[in-house]
Amino acid sequence: MFNRESLIALQSICIKEITRYFRIWVQTLLPPAITMTLYFVIFGQLIGQRVGQMGGVSYMEYIAPGIIMMSVITNSYSNVVSSFFSAKFQRSIEEMLVSPVPTVYILLGYIFGGVSRGLLTGVIVTIVASQFVSFQVNSWPVVIFVVTLTSMLFATGGLVNAIFAKKFDDISIVPTFILTPLTYLGGVFYSIKLLPEFWQTVSLANPILYMVNAFRYGFLGFSDINITNALILISLFIVGLLSLAYYLLSKGIGIRT
Amino acid sequence: MTEKAIEIIDLKKKYANRVEALKGISFSVEKGDFIALLGPNGAGKSTTIGVICSLVNKSSGTVKVFGHSIDSELEAAKRCIGLVPQEFNFSQFETCRQIVVTQAGYYGVTRAVANERAEKILKQLALWEKRDTQARELSGGMKRRLMIARALMHEPKVLILDEPTAGVDIEIRRSMWEFLTKINKQGTTIVLTTHYLEEAEQLCRNIAIINHGEIIENTTMKDLISRLDRETFVLDVDKTPQEFPCIDEVCFRHRDDSSIEIDVPKSAALNNVFEWLTKQEIKVLSMRNKSNRLEELFVQLTEKNNEN
Repeated sequence: MFNRESLIALQSICIKEITRYFRIWVQTLLPPAITMTLYFVIFGQLIGQRVGQMGGVSYMEYIAPGIIMMSVITNSYSNVVSSFFSAKFQRSIEEMLVSPVPTVYILLGYIFGGVSRGLLTGVIVTIVASQFVSFQVNSWPVVIFVVTLTSMLFATGGLVNAIFAKKFDDISIVPTFILTPLTYLGGVFYSIKLLPEFWQTVSLANPILYMVNAFRYGFLGFSDINITNALILISLFIVGLLSLAYYLLSKGIGIRT
Repeated sequence: MTEKAIEIIDLKKKYANRVEALKGISFSVEKGDFIALLGPNGAGKSTTIGVICSLVNKSSGTVKVFGHSIDSELEAAKRCIGLVPQEFNFSQFETCRQIVVTQAGYYGVTRAVANERAEKILKQLALWEKRDTQARELSGGMKRRLMIARALMHEPKVLILDEPTAGVDIEIRRSMWEFLTKINKQGTTIVLTTHYLEEAEQLCRNIAIINHGEIIENTTMKDLISRLDRETFVLDVDKTPQEFPCIDEVCFRHRDDSSIEIDVPKSAALNNVFEWLTKQEIKVLSMRNKSNRLEELFVQLTEKNNEN
């Protein structure tokens, strides 16, 4: 399975995926830069100045990690869900299915595509953010580890969504009705300590809260939740989703008749 | 003993909607063969191809490709096959070169080698000029050729073509026939499904006919054609005869004011027919088969199978 041919196949999938999102960069790489600029201008500068400090730092500094993470999550997810579903829709997925590429490499190839786009937009948004706020980094390893794992998690989630999707509507339901609300309620713009106790407890059921806070810890050195718990939770989600995606792909669910 | 390129034993496929697409078919394709897999729409041709190429999960049975079972040696089996599917199934937004080079990569061909092969194969199929054109901008015929090019990038031992010439003009169809004949002579085994029976007769040495998920005929093209006991010819004439007799078992029939039909049994000679026409001072301007010979047999066989 780990032979040269399979690695060349993996390389081909990765190149194909990267080429895809660079070909449509106006749809994939530019929008996060514009959207996040608006977030920084409106929430960070205009409203943020009135909010004052949060967690001992300016509001702009506080929301910056969450906004970066938000773009990583949405781009990792949307890259894989749209790429894989398009391949299903155009039936170009058959190119891979008739070839001897092992299932695990198809899985890794698509996840690589999602992670690379997620991280690239993360870098773009960070560059945008640096125009508004001077970054301090508490722990580079935590920043890199958390952002990579989160990106992997949502890329895999996008793949699972695409496997089950039968029409274009099906690939927008999860981002619209689940991902976006969870992201906005995941402590990107506020500390959950500001919420009543009941809603603090409810918020703990939101997995994105852990990712945003762990990432914020990497930058600012403080978090609403325990970092170790956050890392364990993200890892468990990844193992669960990867296993599910591998099972679905190897059984041919949604792609073979 | 001749090596078998494809061996199918008791293959069954029942879809989730309970449609039994294959009811236990068995047939084999010898190495180097050029075989036609014929059948009406919905007969099970594409399902058979889908199972061989692992796009369709079989319900039961055995499929081997050059001795590799798709159950235990799927990767080895897949390496032997090149598939040209019925419908366009490439990314419409990728260029011809990207499509073929990426496909080669899936089979472990390095990019350097893939680029060399892409140039060679795209030139052979007259697509080199379009190498950097997105697939969606190609004509139907070019798209068909692109799928053939893609299927050949890993140099498969057996090429499976599912209606490769559907919707292409005569000139391109002929050039594709020439190309397929050439690669078959070079050693590639070819399995062809087509609705153009003239194409099957022209290209293939062997034939398997599938109907309602069952193989109803599996023989050589020569043997099948020899079973045709009667052919109908259309004669274009300068004037039609007053009477329509039968001469040496060859019977005349009125068609229209400028043509007549004759039913010719396999054993009959046409000399007396032309002699009679000459005596009637009727000039024969041209003569052609009313329908393709294989088409007549195909209709006979499938109708007989449908009655059963």
